[in-house]
Amino acid sequence: MKAFVSVLGMDKKGIIKEVTSVLSNREVNILDINQTIVEGYFTMVMFVDLSDMTIDLKELKHALQGSAQKLQLDIKVQQEDIFTAMHTI
Amino acid sequence: MSHFNNILETINMIDKEKLDIRTITMGISLLDCCDQDGDVARQKIYDKITTYAKDLVQVGEDIEERYGIPIINKRISVTPIALVAGACNDKDYVAFAETLDAAAKKVGVNFIGGFSALVERGCTDADQNLIESIPEAMAKTERVCASINVGSSKAGINMDAIKDLGRIIKATAKETADSNSIGCAKIVVFANAVDDNPFMAGAFHGVTGGDAVIHVGISGPGVVKVALEKVKGAPFDVVADTIKKTAFKITRVGQLVATEASERLGVPFGIIDLSLAPTPAVGDSVARILEEIGLQRCGCHGTTAALALLNDAVKKGGIMASSHVGGLSGAFVPVSEDEGMIAAVQAGALTIEKLEAMTCVCSVGLDMIAVPGNTPASTLSAIIADEAAIGVINNKTTGVRIIPVVGKSLGDSVEFGGLLGTAPIMKVNNFSSAPLINRGGRIPAPVHSFKN
Repeated sequence: MKAFVSVLGMDKKGIIKEVTSVLSNREVNILDINQTIVEGYFTMVMFVDLSDMTIDLKELKHALQGSAQKLQLDIKVQQEDIFTAMHTI
Repeated sequence: MSHFNNILETINMIDKEKLDIRTITMGISLLDCCDQDGDVARQKIYDKITTYAKDLVQVGEDIEERYGIPIINKRISVTPIALVAGACNDKDYVAFAETLDAAAKKVGVNFIGGFSALVERGCTDADQNLIESIPEAMAKTERVCASINVGSSKAGINMDAIKDLGRIIKATAKETADSNSIGCAKIVVFANAVDDNPFMAGAFHGVTGGDAVIHVGISGPGVVKVALEKVKGAPFDVVADTIKKTAFKITRVGQLVATEASERLGVPFGIIDLSLAPTPAVGDSVARILEEIGLQRCGCHGTTAALALLNDAVKKGGIMASSHVGGLSGAFVPVSEDEGMIAAVQAGALTIEKLEAMTCVCSVGLDMIAVPGNTPASTLSAIIADEAAIGVINNKTTGVRIIPVVGKSLGDSVEFGGLLGTAPIMKVNNFSSAPLINRGGRIPAPVHSFKN
């Protein structure tokens, strides 16, 4: 299963390290990253492969929620189909 | 990652613009539950619903988790109970409503629709029993919704039933007086009712449907409003196009959820209902879309034109996005459930008469309207008759969900809570319609040519 991890919030040091650590510790493979900062607002979308993940989706979301709270960010994991369904004919 | 902006757009729609899947509704046929013995029939009904829908809530929550989109309601619609209960010797159908309520609670759905009768050509004894059972059934149950179809473009309008329903709505208001007559919020009187509607309170599972089916109702007034904010002052061609594109995107998500729910539950997919269903939350209002199109307040002159465009564009955009479209599909205008409608009524911009005009072009009818508790039954019947006439003549679905709140009068406001919202008491015409209602009989089916 492939999914998008989106990370949004005020920029600060160590966001990418924190989030990618959570992912790599659970054997989530990052396939693509797009990240930008507009007026101090951090936006990152990662395309990830969950097929080797050592935990289930709910637990991954929970783990990322911990990082989100620590860094005061909004982190989401959504299966890719919702985006392809909405934006492609 | 070329879809970066698309991904952010979707996330924004869900987070900031309140995009959600309003309901996954499982339609279940109860025709095989008929029995001469009422107790046996009710046991069969309970067993069938709790077996078929046992995973409905869990599957809904799993899909929500997977795609990160809220699925607000999981619901059930069943065969009109008058058709099922008619086989038994019972005269009082309250026990059937209690069975539906118990089954709904067991599987964890928040509403179950189908305490219904289809009486546009006339009432059977079972239909009459069901109608007479409504006040007590609504008082004794929490999650059961009732609906009666009183007219159709092919059959005309059953004015005897409409007369009865004015009285029944008053009786229901009285039975549930201690909770702001909320029982009436669970009763819809339809003309041209659709039998694949996933939305409450008017959902029931049509007799021509299969044994079970999954319907999905989408929503997203906030998304349409935000999209229109970006085309301020543009001509209507652009407005229509913007709404169509937005409706397409919203509906695609509905189709995805419906397909997945259908596969996981092992139940065929039925339809997507492309409705803009508002909630009392700020940013989730159909009235605010109409205002964005160019009205100072919803209800002022031009509202009907704006609503007509909105309703039509939503359908056009959504139809291509889904393999099967059905239900009520369009824009809902439930007063108490729409923050902008509530504000418009309170500002004196929106009246019942204007709402009636709006129902000629929207997807349903006079919805969630609170009126003074002392409104005569014949006036309620006459309001229903007017709506039924609009539906029957114009080949569209119309409905009335009206609440004569006991003890309340003009200037008061009632709080129903949750998605049902807050209802300012609206003014009704105080001149009598009683002689019209007392005639009874049927209004003949209209001619279907010479359309002028």
